[in-house]
Amino acid sequence: MRKNFEAEIQQLKDELLVLGSMVEQQILGSVDALKKRDMDASRRIQETDLQVNAKRYAIEEQLMIVIATQQPMAHDLRLLASILEVSAELERMGDYAKGIATISIRIGDQPLLKPLIDVPRMAQKGVDMLHRALTAFVNEDAETARSIPAEDDEVDGLYTQVYHELMMFVIQDPKTIERANWLLWVAHNLERLADRVTNICERTVFIATGELKELETSNIKK
Amino acid sequence: MDMIMEISESVFKPTVEGDSPAKMDIKNLSVYYGKFRALADINLSVHEKRITAIIGPSGCGKSTLLRSFNRMNDLTPGCRMEGEIYLDGENVLSPRMDVVNVRRRVGMVFQRPNPFPKSIFDNVAYGPRLYGIHRKSDLEGIVETSLKSSALWNEVKEKLNQSGLSISGGQQQRLCIARALAVEPEVILMDEPASALDPISTLKIEELMQELKKNYTIVIVTHNMQQAARVSDYTAMMMIDEGRAGHLIEYDATNVIFTRPKDKRTEDYVTGRFG
Repeated sequence: MRKNFEAEIQQLKDELLVLGSMVEQQILGSVDALKKRDMDASRRIQETDLQVNAKRYAIEEQLMIVIATQQPMAHDLRLLASILEVSAELERMGDYAKGIATISIRIGDQPLLKPLIDVPRMAQKGVDMLHRALTAFVNEDAETARSIPAEDDEVDGLYTQVYHELMMFVIQDPKTIERANWLLWVAHNLERLADRVTNICERTVFIATGELKELETSNIKK
Repeated sequence: MDMIMEISESVFKPTVEGDSPAKMDIKNLSVYYGKFRALADINLSVHEKRITAIIGPSGCGKSTLLRSFNRMNDLTPGCRMEGEIYLDGENVLSPRMDVVNVRRRVGMVFQRPNPFPKSIFDNVAYGPRLYGIHRKSDLEGIVETSLKSSALWNEVKEKLNQSGLSISGGQQQRLCIARALAVEPEVILMDEPASALDPISTLKIEELMQELKKNYTIVIVTHNMQQAARVSDYTAMMMIDEGRAGHLIEYDATNVIFTRPKDKRTEDYVTGRFG
């Protein structure tokens, strides 16, 4: 009876996973290009962001059609509304990657203030959280979704570390302020990425339980 | 702070059960047709000046429940009711209750428009005449008010002497609503009131219901889930058990039933997995 509808829902979930993996690649790629000082790669990240945006709009459009034609109720309605929300979150995460690529291009041929170690770690951790959060989302696995936000502490810890290191450079030599600021901006983007993973987890719990509320990360934001 | 955090409720449906007092209270109601138990232990509060929808698969006892509210089931041979149905605190099922008066206070509109083969005027004046109103000016006032309340007046005011059967199906249904309103009921029961109507006529009936709920308590039985979701404030979900007796399995604010029902069977029904 619901064969067609189920197929449409599955297709939307698949498309969301495609969007998710595009964003994961963009994030890792943008940090990698920054680290290697690869301008071409940074420009490709900027261009690919247009595709990320297009994918998000395509999902949104298809989702509207499904809502209009299937008139979903209850769990179906929560799921579809959440796909809309999550696709928007992913698109914003894609913007962070684009932002990192833009910084990389702005830095140009100046040397990095310091070798990038913690920043790639932040990216790796954030993308890892994102990947598992999306898997939990399409599987409607509330238990896993509830466990992920606590991991945000690790990303926050790395961010604090990067912040203090960069401040040391600035204190020692105020001329480094612009270069420090650029890297801080990169780290901030990655910190925000991990925050947005929590939003995806909240939607997973909502789909499974009907309860829409904030999931607590273990420490209150400083 | 709360003002900012919450959405103003004025145009939205209630999200929790019990925002207005109960107009009717159904307590442990069971209905039998001979030995067959058609309804089992129904408990339900019908809130005043709200629209309550009864949904559920075919044969689950929705209409039987609705027809209990004004003792229409009395007309079915072999039908017997147990439990209580309170209307403003008075038990409708009590043998001392004046059934004619119950049916005046709790009116009914049926699935197929069923105007009498009389003029439009006489259709609406039928009830008031039955209750002893005969002065022409009084009847004219009642007919006009009732037809205005049922949003039909402008369409028929020039042809009140024409047959009630001469107007369209949607108009006939609104005529039947006017006929029900003419005796000044407090509760209006609607059994699939729009299932025989086209989409525009259906929409008119639904809009009319929103107007009527300002003054009346409405209970509607519908197979159309979207209609229940659109028009009602509260929704009662019914199902049959192994013995084929109808049970009330979930009752809550309509907003809850259609977005996060608690019972798996409600979920399956409203999402079209069965029924």
